[in-house]
Amino acid sequence: MTTSSGAQHQTLSVLVENRSGVLARVSGMFARRGFNIISLAVAPSDDPRFSRINLVINVEETSVEQMTKQLFKLVNVVKITELHPSEAVERELLMLTVAAGANQRGEVMELVGIFEARIVDVSPAAVTIMLAGEPDRLDDFEDLIRPYGIVEIQRTGRVALPKVRKAS
Amino acid sequence: MKMTGAQALVKSLEAEKVEVIFGLPGGAILPAYDPILDSPIRHILVRHEQGAGHMAEGYAHVTGRPGVAMVTSGPAATNMVTPLCDAYMDSVPLVVITGQVSRSFIGTDGFQECDTVGITRSVTKHNELVMDPAELPMLVRQAFHLASTGRPGPVLLDVPKDVLQAEIDFYWPSDEDVAASLPGYKPTVKGHPRMIKEAARLISEAQRPVIYAGGGILKARAAEALRELAERAGIPVVTTLMARGAFPDDHELCLGMPGMHGNYTAITALQQADLLVTLGARFDDRVTGRVDAFAPHAKVIHVDIDPAELGKIRQPDVPIVGDCRQVITEIVKALGDAPQPERSEWRAMISGWQERYPLHYDPYIAGDALKPQQVMEVLRDSAPEGTILVSGVGQHQMWASQYWKFNEPYTWVNSGGLGTMGFSVPAAIGAKVGRPDRTVWAVDGDGCFQMTAQELVTASSERIPVKVAILNNAYLGMVRQWQEMFYEERYSEVYLSPDLPDYVKWAEAMGCAAFRVEDPDEVEPTIAKANSIDDRPVVIDFRTDAREKVFPMVPAGASNDDVVVHPAQSTSTRKVVQ
Repeated sequence: MTTSSGAQHQTLSVLVENRSGVLARVSGMFARRGFNIISLAVAPSDDPRFSRINLVINVEETSVEQMTKQLFKLVNVVKITELHPSEAVERELLMLTVAAGANQRGEVMELVGIFEARIVDVSPAAVTIMLAGEPDRLDDFEDLIRPYGIVEIQRTGRVALPKVRKAS
Repeated sequence: MKMTGAQALVKSLEAEKVEVIFGLPGGAILPAYDPILDSPIRHILVRHEQGAGHMAEGYAHVTGRPGVAMVTSGPAATNMVTPLCDAYMDSVPLVVITGQVSRSFIGTDGFQECDTVGITRSVTKHNELVMDPAELPMLVRQAFHLASTGRPGPVLLDVPKDVLQAEIDFYWPSDEDVAASLPGYKPTVKGHPRMIKEAARLISEAQRPVIYAGGGILKARAAEALRELAERAGIPVVTTLMARGAFPDDHELCLGMPGMHGNYTAITALQQADLLVTLGARFDDRVTGRVDAFAPHAKVIHVDIDPAELGKIRQPDVPIVGDCRQVITEIVKALGDAPQPERSEWRAMISGWQERYPLHYDPYIAGDALKPQQVMEVLRDSAPEGTILVSGVGQHQMWASQYWKFNEPYTWVNSGGLGTMGFSVPAAIGAKVGRPDRTVWAVDGDGCFQMTAQELVTASSERIPVKVAILNNAYLGMVRQWQEMFYEERYSEVYLSPDLPDYVKWAEAMGCAAFRVEDPDEVEPTIAKANSIDDRPVVIDFRTDAREKVFPMVPAGASNDDVVVHPAQSTSTRKVVQ
């Protein structure tokens, strides 16, 4: 996965009609045109007629302009907002289960503390941790926790909103 | 008003002023075929669903109205995939209705179930599975609106059997209802005024401009506007394979077809141009050859109603999203009365190429098979005024486009983008249904003909008197040509036999008048005979010379500068002016 700090990726926030098959249309278009999706998140918007699809795309492989135009050709796509990393607030959620028996639990807990993560489940041999934050931070946490033995990991796609303009 | 979904479907089609449906019934679509009996809409029963799709395309090409096809679920829907893709590639407005298993069976692998909307998603402008019977009229209205506005294309409605059987309250949505129901669909038709001004400025400054006219001109009904622009600015015009007829071939500014098998002048004018006025064209690889070597000195004005075409292949200097007719009219206005540059040098270069490299083929030698190009010329010269020419895909298609004189829009129907062999017979039938007042000739290859010839049974039984000229060289000719030129004459799986099938007997068995022509003296009288027959389809089996190749030719992947002309012309020095 590309990290969020580089300029290789960009987020497209796509407002679509809330109809069945729309996600298939969007992902199918990307597949057919040979565009790559790095991450994907879909959720209802504040208007029940529409859903919001957050797509993180690789802008080195294909021009964002061409992707956006092809996307906009889909009849159910209502609006597309391009969010450049420097102009957007991006967050992602990670859950992972790490094999942490009595010996390692302390060290794992220390990392949980540093990253302000939360323990959401615990058993004698393992803990399940949840961390929300910038995708970069999630990468760092994942790297640090890996040596303890990750049993299972799940990350959501990235969600993003444009930064609020500060009054000057 | 209470009625069944099936009745609502047919009533909606009537409300859309559909005059003909090409189709074939089956299990899931059965309910829709009952109200067809009581409808003024003509239904043409095809012999294969692919034929229905191509007929609808032929109808749409010549009338400009969406062609309508209706078939059942499963295999019927999959047989429709080729015409849908063909229509998608060539921006042909179609509305296709497919039956589907009842809603409760969807996903259970029911009899004749397939995921039609899934399969056709990437080959339609839009498609919908109708799950709510009450939505049927609105979805039909949307389908026609989407198919025929913006960049036209095929729209498919997949209708489960029980949706057709359900009872609904019929209402016919207004234009406003339709617009409100499609919040994401607002094609831009009016060009940006600043860009239009900029286009006019570039045109007025260009020394070697060429108008690169594509199929979008025809879709936008912009042939008149194009002519006005060309004449006002004095700019020569190339017409792509999809735009043949959009600008009259007999006009002094017409350079004909560019591209892989275009004529030398059209190809070279684009290469040497300092400005391309690209109108409703999409820089297809068959036109550009090697893209980075295409028109290297040219600035580009690109007008298209589909924003995604601008910058897809070639970055334009002046991109204009809009309807070709409106934008061209605005450009002409912006040009005003200001004088255009002299450009006599450019005109001289062009006429020099035209003189030196006209289309050429070796003359017939007694004892040889017929020259296919000569057959095309006789067919052209014998054709009644306003004849519509339809072709399949391959050598014959290129000869048809090269040797015919298209002087009127909507008289040329072919499969350009997808290159669908077997297109011509059904497309010709659809064209004849759309324009029964016109003579319709299909030019076909023997390979193509064998793919869809059974639709001549449809033509005979429905009394649709199309005419088919088979250029029978007993080969998959274009593949043979490539194997000859690029695979050291190693002919692999291209021989078809001239006599198997016996085309005359076959055509007669399908209710057609049929002739075979081997003698060049018989070409003209046989065509005259065919032209005089108007009560049934006619098929002529022309025995043509398999050694004939299509020239000029730009080899695949080569630069257009490296166009290969006919061997008889290649000895003279070719001069490329920089």
